[in-house]
Amino acid sequence: MYRIVTKRPLNPTVTLMEVEAPAVARKAQPGQFIILRVDEQGERIPLTIADFDREKGTVTIIFQVVGGTTEKLNHKEAGDFLQDFVGPLGRATETGGLKRVAVVGGGVGTAIAYPVAKKLHDVGCHVDLIVGFRTRDLVILEDEFRAASAQLLIGTDDGSYGRKALVTDLLREQIEAGAQYDRVIAIGPIPMMKFVSLLTKEYNIPTVVSMNPIMIDGTGMCGGCRLTVGGQTKFACVDGPEFDGHQVDFDEAMARGAVYRDFERHAHDAACNLFRQEVQ
Amino acid sequence: MPNMRPDKNPMPHQDPQVRAGNFGEVALGYTPEQAVDEARRCLNCKHRPCVSGCPVRINIPDFIARMAQGDFEGAYQIIARDSALPAVCGRVCPQENQCEAKCVRGVKGEAVAIGRLERFAADWHNTHALKQPQRPAPNGHRVAVIGSGPAGLTCAGDLAKKGYDVTVFEALHLAGGVLVYGIPEFRLPKSIVQQEVDTLKELGVKIETNMVVGRSVTIDELKEEQGFEAVFIGTGAGLPKFMGIPGENLKGVYSANEFLTRINLMKAYQDGSDTPIQRARRVAVVGGGNVAMDAARCAKRLGAEVTVVYRRSEAELPARAEEVDHAKEEGIVFKTLTNPTAILGYHNPDDPRDPKNGSVRGIRCVEMALGEPDASGRRRPIVKEGSEFELELDCVIMALGTSPNPLIKSTTQGLDTEKWGGILADEHGLTSREGVYAGGDAVTGAATVILAMGAGKTAAQAIHEALSK
Repeated sequence: MYRIVTKRPLNPTVTLMEVEAPAVARKAQPGQFIILRVDEQGERIPLTIADFDREKGTVTIIFQVVGGTTEKLNHKEAGDFLQDFVGPLGRATETGGLKRVAVVGGGVGTAIAYPVAKKLHDVGCHVDLIVGFRTRDLVILEDEFRAASAQLLIGTDDGSYGRKALVTDLLREQIEAGAQYDRVIAIGPIPMMKFVSLLTKEYNIPTVVSMNPIMIDGTGMCGGCRLTVGGQTKFACVDGPEFDGHQVDFDEAMARGAVYRDFERHAHDAACNLFRQEVQ
Repeated sequence: MPNMRPDKNPMPHQDPQVRAGNFGEVALGYTPEQAVDEARRCLNCKHRPCVSGCPVRINIPDFIARMAQGDFEGAYQIIARDSALPAVCGRVCPQENQCEAKCVRGVKGEAVAIGRLERFAADWHNTHALKQPQRPAPNGHRVAVIGSGPAGLTCAGDLAKKGYDVTVFEALHLAGGVLVYGIPEFRLPKSIVQQEVDTLKELGVKIETNMVVGRSVTIDELKEEQGFEAVFIGTGAGLPKFMGIPGENLKGVYSANEFLTRINLMKAYQDGSDTPIQRARRVAVVGGGNVAMDAARCAKRLGAEVTVVYRRSEAELPARAEEVDHAKEEGIVFKTLTNPTAILGYHNPDDPRDPKNGSVRGIRCVEMALGEPDASGRRRPIVKEGSEFELELDCVIMALGTSPNPLIKSTTQGLDTEKWGGILADEHGLTSREGVYAGGDAVTGAATVILAMGAGKTAAQAIHEALSK
């Protein structure tokens, strides 16, 4: 069992949890992920590692409530336990030899972009962190972002905070203004990563995206997380989760990610009803 | 006088019509009377051919002699000397190619039902035994076992019985490996696997779940930092193969591993399970091995019409004959000499947001004929020109075999492997690294539970010899 040390809501649907998992914390690197189960009957879900503290033996995850499992997870409090917590899984982000990088995050994906930006910033790379949200209330981790970058650019869809701009608009402005990026790292919803990759292709800037498909074991066994990258089938759990954004078939990834959408919606409603009954 | 009836006592089964709609065990097991009657068919031959057919060399005539006297616990104790998982092997071993293939009674009639008797003895013990297994005196040596499938559990059990301090590292949240994620409940109830694992724990074996060796910890760290004197790698062959045909990444295409793991490990077949699974109407399972049969029979139990598509003829089906017969009884259709060339997807040109876009709508196949024998000795399937046809489906399960996971190899310096990924090990299970042993599917590629157990046993003996010097 794995104890939740702290829990902090970041916005109405996004929550941060710091979990005691010394074996995972000891090995964790930015870009890797964990798989957890909330309880004995729980489903296995992958979540990217948002931060880790080797001395305290803790790993931080940030998640958005989308289905039954994340709803159940969000009802756990500090001091409660998670049934299973395994990792670190997948390959770490390659950060060597980079002088200037744009890290682009969208929505809850910005939480995953954060440790990557932090690591690059710590090793002396010039990091432009470009983050986008739908609206002001959803903006998360602003202080952390500022501390992990040379320049922080925030955009919102409705202009209620930062610039009224998409992350692709902000990135294009930077490139047009002469920023020489060795690499762009894009983490967020699939459409965002797709359009960032299309943009950077125009300028021939190497681009890495972090894929978060459906998976079960996370060790290469089920193949549920497979993607087409450069015409070849890859498993996100062992070959990724980061891939060349100019090679990923995003449309296929989007379709595959929606396989259980009806089930998820139903499971989410069922979990909500259950908690509502408990309250009454 | 032995019982000279030429045929085996038949195994009582759940009715095919009924069982096709539930996940309860298909074979129900002998009654004590049937067990004694069957045991009396053994001639107790002096040269014991059956024992030579058993990969773990169970003393078969002796345990059967006990059963003929009605001493079921005594029979179990004889089996348990050589087998760590009797209740499992009695159910899933291909006895027809092993012990029973060598049985003298099989020359004029049917072999003694050794597997069914083994199962009976193990089940009898599990429901009647009162005595806890004795924990042996510790000998002070520590051994790490990676993977809790049949190879790892056997190796751990044998070493624990000799007093070793054994820790098993398992990547998933539950111990058992393929016995829990792969083989379905209706063929091997998970409570039986759990009982075997609990027996090992009573012997003092520690099991650490959620440990992915190669990621959470490496073999070098286990040896150098954590003080394990020997390591046994029993990580199996878990990487699924695909055909490389168009459409394999459509929604509704599963590897058999994924499909079976969702059902067996995650219990997606139960109402209210947190883990989803597609409730398909028409399913094709591609492949003809035991895993293909398991996947097909699971899909049937979820309510689908199921077709097994296999490129050679029925005679070449690698699955056990019993599994094929069971599948047919349950209404599964076999399309042999048939090979898929593409999986066809649904695409609505008028609505890019149609949720069905990117889903399976069918499969395109060609008919095959058998040509000259290939390297494996089986006749090579060749495409019949102009034989293309389509099947309408909403789910395809690829059961084409598996290969070893490269994670251990890529994170362990100096561990040599075959080109296809199998770990190189000598006849004692020793790898190219000192103190590191391997066995089971991780070495041989996908094979059977009992061969993996045999390898675990051999390695345990080699580890014992090396550490007790």
